[in-house]
Amino acid sequence: MFRRNLGPLQNEPVIANPRIAAVDTTAPDFPGKRFEIPAEAPLRLDSGVELGPVTVAYQSYGTLNADRSNAVLVCHALTGDQFVAETHPVTGKPGWWETLVGPGKLLDTERYFIVCANVLGGCMGSTGPKDVNPATGKPWGLDFPVITIGDMVKAQARLIDHLGIEKLFCVIGGSMGGMQVLEWVSAYPERVFAAVPVATSYRHSAQNIAFNEVGRQAIMADPDWRDGAYQPAGVMPSRGLAVARMAAHITYLSETALHRKFGRRLQNRAQLSYGFDADFQVESYLRHQGSTFVDRFDANSYLYITRAMDYFDLQAEHGGTLAEAFTGTKTRFCVVSFTSDWLFPTSESRALVHALNAAAANVSFVEIVSDKGHDAFLLDEPEFHSVLGGFLNGAAEHRGLKFR
Amino acid sequence: MSEPFAPPAAAQGRPRSAIRVDLKAIAEMIEPGTRVLDIGCGDGALLDYLAHEKNVDARGIEISQAGVNACVAQGLSVVQGDADTDLKDYPTGGFDYAILSQTLQATWDPKAVLGQLVRIARRAIVSFPNFGVWHVRLRLLVGGRMPVTSSLSAAWYETPNIHLCTIDDFVELCEDLGVTIETAMVLDAHGRPKGLRAPGALANLLGEQGLFVLKRGA
Repeated sequence: MFRRNLGPLQNEPVIANPRIAAVDTTAPDFPGKRFEIPAEAPLRLDSGVELGPVTVAYQSYGTLNADRSNAVLVCHALTGDQFVAETHPVTGKPGWWETLVGPGKLLDTERYFIVCANVLGGCMGSTGPKDVNPATGKPWGLDFPVITIGDMVKAQARLIDHLGIEKLFCVIGGSMGGMQVLEWVSAYPERVFAAVPVATSYRHSAQNIAFNEVGRQAIMADPDWRDGAYQPAGVMPSRGLAVARMAAHITYLSETALHRKFGRRLQNRAQLSYGFDADFQVESYLRHQGSTFVDRFDANSYLYITRAMDYFDLQAEHGGTLAEAFTGTKTRFCVVSFTSDWLFPTSESRALVHALNAAAANVSFVEIVSDKGHDAFLLDEPEFHSVLGGFLNGAAEHRGLKFR
Repeated sequence: MSEPFAPPAAAQGRPRSAIRVDLKAIAEMIEPGTRVLDIGCGDGALLDYLAHEKNVDARGIEISQAGVNACVAQGLSVVQGDADTDLKDYPTGGFDYAILSQTLQATWDPKAVLGQLVRIARRAIVSFPNFGVWHVRLRLLVGGRMPVTSSLSAAWYETPNIHLCTIDDFVELCEDLGVTIETAMVLDAHGRPKGLRAPGALANLLGEQGLFVLKRGA
């Protein structure tokens, strides 16, 4: 769910070259901002574990206004990170939501103070399983506590406290980012003026848990995974992680989109090879996606973050009645789904909207016609953008935000 | 319900006071600062007017996705939904007013919809084309053909208006449901209030539209 660029298609080897570590995000020259939750005031995780110190790596764009009312928190998806609107320091690609965030764009950095934090358990600078466990002096690996969407949001809330923001103007995110949006509204109802959950759900479906499990099993089946302790051994389960990415990537697209992009076209050849090379462009594309992903992502982080998604069930957390998650809410909601998204289909958004209606919430709900699948939320979808622009302007008017 | 969705007046640079006369008549019944649900809100013209001229917490339901998207792009709070199936989700007494303008006759189960309206809101404001108006009667009596009028413009085989009624029929349904009629008025072809006592035989004969304010219980 990171910005994907088709780029030149190459015939990637099926086995990515083993790499030792994706990125050293603790290097002093690694770009970006840091906030530390001190060991004396640890995060109390849903599992009961107290975790601290915790680093929250984040980026911010624009300026917080005098009455601190123009802050927008962008929540990233499974494999996204805090580099939402700038060239990525590892991949060199544009920020994953540069279509929306930037000067003069819908999330206008000249109007809003925009914050995006790497999630807890992530691998782009926020504390996660690849970091050193202060108790042992070794990387956490599987000793890292299991975290939840709620834990990610607790860490973000500490950052927002630190930034001196009482109430966010807007919390917005797609996919797992949308789960964080819903968690924010439910856990901190007074702190969110407007919420935009996009291409998401109030709970992870059985099908999605199943897809995540395939990814995790691919990682764990890689001999280099070594029960999660691959860092001390100087290896990395790149092949397993690449396969996990390939499988997941299929779920982000749609059959129509795959067919339009690739059809049954052959890759750099005129005829079938009668072998197991990447004969088809779609194979080559997936291999490329898998092999570039391992350069920027940590395999254990992938396990932990997918687990957090699987555990997310706002309905179960509220006694089986989703509307209870939103009782008395004053937040303005804009729920967005896409017609060809089969990972988070419109039916899930509709169920969310029914619950919001039952809570008498102020809610807008749009389904955008797109054949680009789940990924549509990251792409240039003019109708999505026009609806989002209208919603943000309406909300800004109600919030009394004045722009020059 | 299936007209193309032009942006509301304000978005086109026209003053908001330029909304349709019958919508204006509805807007005048609404207290400022209240919470309103407009069911079948179309392009959102009434919602836009209420939100900006009456400081109303205005929400809408619209069946057409194109209409919903146009509304939300104007900054209005609208969800895609169906009056027949989705009103049951809303909490009892969650709104001060529920508005059903020119939509009742297009629902599958008008009786259930009316019941839901007075459940979810303290007051329901309902307007509908009067099938008892004299020229409709005349067309059927003399012409022997299904009436096609300015407010009922589709031919019988393609009309979305599947449950037409007269003002007297509507009054009887309200009695059946134990719904109190607080205000009743009839509108002319332009949507302007007609100074006729309603309900009544003359109102049923001369009114193009009925406009009612209802509340639960006798």
